[in-house]
Amino acid sequence: MSAAPAVAARDAVARAEAEPLIRAEGVSVAYGKAQPVLSGIDFEIRPGEIVTVVGPNGSGKSTFLRAVLGMVGASAGRVWRAPKLRVGYVPQRLHLDPNLPLTVARFLRLLQPLPDAEVLSLLARVGVPGLEGRSMGTLSGGQFQRVLLAQALAGRPQILVLDEPTQGLDQSGIAAFYRLIEAVRREIGCAVLSVSHDLHVVMSASDRVICLNGHICCQGTPHVVSNAPEYRALFGLGTQGALALYQHNHDHNHEHGPGDDHLSDHGQSPTHSHEGGHDR
Amino acid sequence: MIVDDFILRAALAGLMVALAAGPLGCFVVWRRMAYFGDATAHAAILGVALALAFSVSVFLGTLITALVMAAVVSTLAGRGWAMDTTLGVLAHSALALGLVAVSFLPGVRVDLTVYLFGDILTVSRNDLVVIGLGAAMVLGLMVWRWRFLLAATISEDLAQSAGVNPARERMVLVLALAITVAVALKVVGALLIAAMLIIPAAAARAYARSPELMAALAVTLGAAAVLAGLGLSLQFDTPAGPSIVAAASAFFVGSVGGAGIWRLVRRG
Repeated sequence: MSAAPAVAARDAVARAEAEPLIRAEGVSVAYGKAQPVLSGIDFEIRPGEIVTVVGPNGSGKSTFLRAVLGMVGASAGRVWRAPKLRVGYVPQRLHLDPNLPLTVARFLRLLQPLPDAEVLSLLARVGVPGLEGRSMGTLSGGQFQRVLLAQALAGRPQILVLDEPTQGLDQSGIAAFYRLIEAVRREIGCAVLSVSHDLHVVMSASDRVICLNGHICCQGTPHVVSNAPEYRALFGLGTQGALALYQHNHDHNHEHGPGDDHLSDHGQSPTHSHEGGHDR
Repeated sequence: MIVDDFILRAALAGLMVALAAGPLGCFVVWRRMAYFGDATAHAAILGVALALAFSVSVFLGTLITALVMAAVVSTLAGRGWAMDTTLGVLAHSALALGLVAVSFLPGVRVDLTVYLFGDILTVSRNDLVVIGLGAAMVLGLMVWRWRFLLAATISEDLAQSAGVNPARERMVLVLALAITVAVALKVVGALLIAAMLIIPAAAARAYARSPELMAALAVTLGAAAVLAGLGLSLQFDTPAGPSIVAAASAFFVGSVGGAGIWRLVRRG
């Protein structure tokens, strides 16, 4: 699991040389004549990078995603996306009318045709094999979330975008879901841009964390951000608790090689991939 | 068996409306646009009055008022007006205004029941051509945009992430709805057009495993309702439009009941 430092360094160099998938310069978004929801956003994400946006409610996290994906227009600044960028999107929530008959297989084919074999392997990949014939309305919250992820992967995305994907899941469900995303990313090498509240889990898996509150308060490696005064001012003591919890969890973690001390190397290794459990 | 020309024309007109209303009705059900459909249809009476006043074709008049109605509703909803209240106000205002306006028309004595409840048995060859063209347009729109409409219906965000513009797909539906209202006015009348959209689709739901199958079933049930309603009308001299809707309602009850029994049987 944990990449050797040399490999991590090589990956980081390769990433820095690659063209960004999305770049935003000085982007502001305003709905109507109201105060802008976002202002002065500079942002870029490169192939294979994991970037997480955290921020309190109403800080413009979802608007941020919508703006960089071009779903809402910028009132100032500009957004550039790689030509023919393949985006896999996992929406915050998806309300299906019970009058709409939809099997899982048909849902995976919503945005592109997909051979049967591909449907089966996608479902197996996200850990819900055999659901293809089930009606979407009969899935549990965890199954539904995984099917949404499978749908996002169906288009072979260069970037996976997740808008608070773990709402309604319990702690162990959230941890398992993020481990799955981590594993999938390693396999297909896509970039991951997500928005989240689940700080203690997200922090560990991200190359870069962006702390948002209408503008970008601070950004950097998880370690840098969690120690930044702006971040602490925004999240206060609750976050301290979450981070403490996160570190505590590692005391009894498995799958670490000898000498792989999370507590000490956590901040210094931005590409550190994390596979340990977060169950509590 | 000898079938009179007018019955043949009536059946053809009804079947063509059913063909267009099936898939469109599914979207009306999935997107909870039932009241929206009603409002658009009620506005058609105002369209009739305007068409008669300005001596243009009734088809054109209803098409335009339906589109205007849809545009007004969308604009107000976009400004944060409560949807059901807005629709309730606009639908009934348009209907009442239309009824009042018709009575003011000088030198025209209009039998309003024709427009309120349809007059399928007097469909002319010209009517048939107009209905056929309208139905073909709606069906064409549905087939052409199906994938995008479905994606935008299931999740606007998801559709948008794949480059589908949900606002454009909404416009497609509104246009299809306006055309359907305009062509179905002659068949079932302004008051019952929404029924032809919703009831066959609702009846199809219990047996459909996929969106496409539901649309196909809705067309089949709508067509069966047209034929059964016409038969009923000829046999018992009942008004044709309401008879067609009554037949569709009977299918709906049968479908829901049948589905319940089927579930019980399967459970053993």
